Amino acid sequence: MNAVATANTDRPPLLEVRGLRMHFPITEGVLIGRKLGEVKAVDGVDFAIRRGETLGLVGESGCGKTTTGRCILRLERPTAGEVRFNGVDILALEGRELLALRRRIQVIFQDPYSSLNPRMKVGEIIAEPIRVHGIERDAARRARRVGELLSVCGLDPKFADRYPHEMSGGQRQRVGIARALALEPEFIVCDEAVSALDVSIQAQIINLLEGLREQFNLTYLFIAHDLSVVRHLCQRVAVMYLGRIVELAASDELFDNPLHPYTQALLAAVPVPDPEVEGRRGFRPLAGEVPSPINPPPGCVFHPRCPMAVADCQRTRPELREIRPGHWVACSQVDPPAWREAFAQSSVGRKDGKIPVVSS
Amino acid sequence: MPPLLEVTNLSTEFRTGLGTVPAVDGISYTVDRGETVAIVGESGSGKTASALALLRLIPDPPGRISGGRVLFNGRDLLRLSDAEMREVRGGDIGMVFQEPMTSLNPVLTIGRQITETLEQHRGADRITAHHRAIELLGLVGIADPLRRLKQYPHQLSGGMRQRIMIAIAIACDPKLIIADEPTTALDVTIQAQILELMKSLTRRLDAALIVITHNLGVVARYANRVNVMYAGRIVESGPAQAVYHHPGHPYTMALLRSVPRLDRPRQARLDPIAGQPPDLTRLDGGCAFRPRCRFAVEACARRRPAMAPTRAAGHFAACLRSDEIAVATEVAV
Ligand SMILES: Nc1ncnc2c1ncn2[C@@H]1O[C@H](COP(=O)(O)OP(=O)(O)OP(=O)(O)O)[C@@H](O)[C@H]1O
Ligand SMILES: [Mg+2]
Repeated sequence: MNAVATANTDRPPLLEVRGLRMHFPITEGVLIGRKLGEVKAVDGVDFAIRRGETLGLVGESGCGKTTTGRCILRLERPTAGEVRFNGVDILALEGRELLALRRRIQVIFQDPYSSLNPRMKVGEIIAEPIRVHGIERDAARRARRVGELLSVCGLDPKFADRYPHEMSGGQRQRVGIARALALEPEFIVCDEAVSALDVSIQAQIINLLEGLREQFNLTYLFIAHDLSVVRHLCQRVAVMYLGRIVELAASDELFDNPLHPYTQALLAAVPVPDPEVEGRRGFRPLAGEVPSPINPPPGCVFHPRCPMAVADCQRTRPELREIRPGHWVACSQVDPPAWREAFAQSSVGRKDGKIPVVSS
Repeated sequence: MPPLLEVTNLSTEFRTGLGTVPAVDGISYTVDRGETVAIVGESGSGKTASALALLRLIPDPPGRISGGRVLFNGRDLLRLSDAEMREVRGGDIGMVFQEPMTSLNPVLTIGRQITETLEQHRGADRITAHHRAIELLGLVGIADPLRRLKQYPHQLSGGMRQRIMIAIAIACDPKLIIADEPTTALDVTIQAQILELMKSLTRRLDAALIVITHNLGVVARYANRVNVMYAGRIVESGPAQAVYHHPGHPYTMALLRSVPRLDRPRQARLDPIAGQPPDLTRLDGGCAFRPRCRFAVEACARRRPAMAPTRAAGHFAACLRSDEIAVATEVAV
């Protein structure tokens, strides 16, 4: 399968995920630990992210977004698959090499409150990674660096002396971002980084994340359930359902021309802040609930809820196919249009069937 | 015909270690029979407190309803005895809250919780209540009702629990349903199912609905009229169309501008509202939005403006410069 093929031909992507699987065993009994089954949290995921790009990972709770992020952060040891960072398989790294990797990949979590140590002052929280990694041993210079990081994130350097509980949610999220930036990472996993914030504050943090991306040439994996935020912030978007990617495309292409029935239902479910548009929209919500990842349905995992399902969907698991350049869909009912054949015949087409990225 | 609900100058405060919080500060609005009214605003603006106040569910201490009148179907709820009020709650007024897990009783079966409401409010006997419970589960789209009635809340998914909450809320054919963030904890597709269900049920029962939300999209899709709250006050109210397309308050306008839109390609950077929501213990006599407002002038510091009519019928805003702003938005659009 070549779902990773969004990569540019001459330069490897910054991050490449192939065949990622994370199955958590469900065991019974503390000592014997008899295995009763497994939760297929991530079940064969492929994608790539180019340097400087933001890839959105969306889907409903339990679809495997966070677990995918945790595998990339080496917080989880995947059951199978590869995660390459700058071409190096990071799942094999240990010791010093792993420590070096941890500097380059950072994370921003959803809940700024629970991810910040309540007994540490903001200054200590941000200085900690700098100290732990032995980057700046001089305390005064470390403090200056903390001040810089705070101002980059739009906070007065005086906040260094405060405790997290003395700050608002938006301010705490800025502290979380400053801490993530402390080690000058190349890549940041943002896991629901703006979801807990109020609308007016959310916009401030989104702008901050965008500004930092430009300023420091950062690359983000942006995990979120808010599709409007994802459309705004991401160049490309992957939609997950029950541990799998069902659709992946450039952001505007995905939102204007969704091809997978699940993506279509997901987009229709989100109300737009405009009564006139809503008055015209009319929709029928998707029936049923997301099935359990312990016993996912056979064939296409979406078939029990799918309005387009045919008999074969119960048997055959659809692979991600490139239906248009850069637009990947895992659905047997979506037909590749005729241009694809034409394209394959032409001189631009490649023998291996991969298509160089045209749009992004 | 007088409105079903008429809230006048309702105020609620909480006494905390840091001072008195005027969580609801003299709000007034009406709800007509069968209509859906949204209350929208950010965290801490007083949405929940205003709903709890009308139901007389404000925890005392630390809270207290400090004034106002709530006429429901001709009776002032604030003057009823505790027993009469219990009769209204769950009877003529149904309630749906954000986290069904905390509002449902974890040690009672689903069936018992529904039949209890029917026995208490409608004096139904066990058999009648049981049959009605089966019917109610059907109405809220739960298959296999006999099995579900024997289950406990923790055995159900979040979406299913919210359907049960709705079944209880509509059990006694309420005239009004108050739903506080009924879908905030749910996934997008389940959110849509629940909201559509509430819409069809309120239509079918001809019940009015007050839906409290911070989601501007939910308001646009479901509400006839909307009240925008900021720092304990309603700062704008009117038909959803008018409020969205010709906002009369700078806060509403800024809020609408700060959200990214699913239906539009990315344009430029977002246009956030600067600063933070105010600390309610330290409000001065001026407009509470003034420090974040791009239209603020000196006069805004002198008093908190009252609600005044805008150019559209039934549309009010509490801003000294409402007219100028209406013109400014028209130019911007
Ligand atoms: N039990 C309480 N004790 C003290 N203060 C309270 C209490 N309940 C609410 N408040 C305060 O009253 C104000 C209004 O709170 P309320 O819960 O009504 O806001 P809300 O608009 O519902 O917010 P959210 O969107 O977060 O639900 C806030 O300042 C809050 O801190
Ligand atoms: Mg609330």
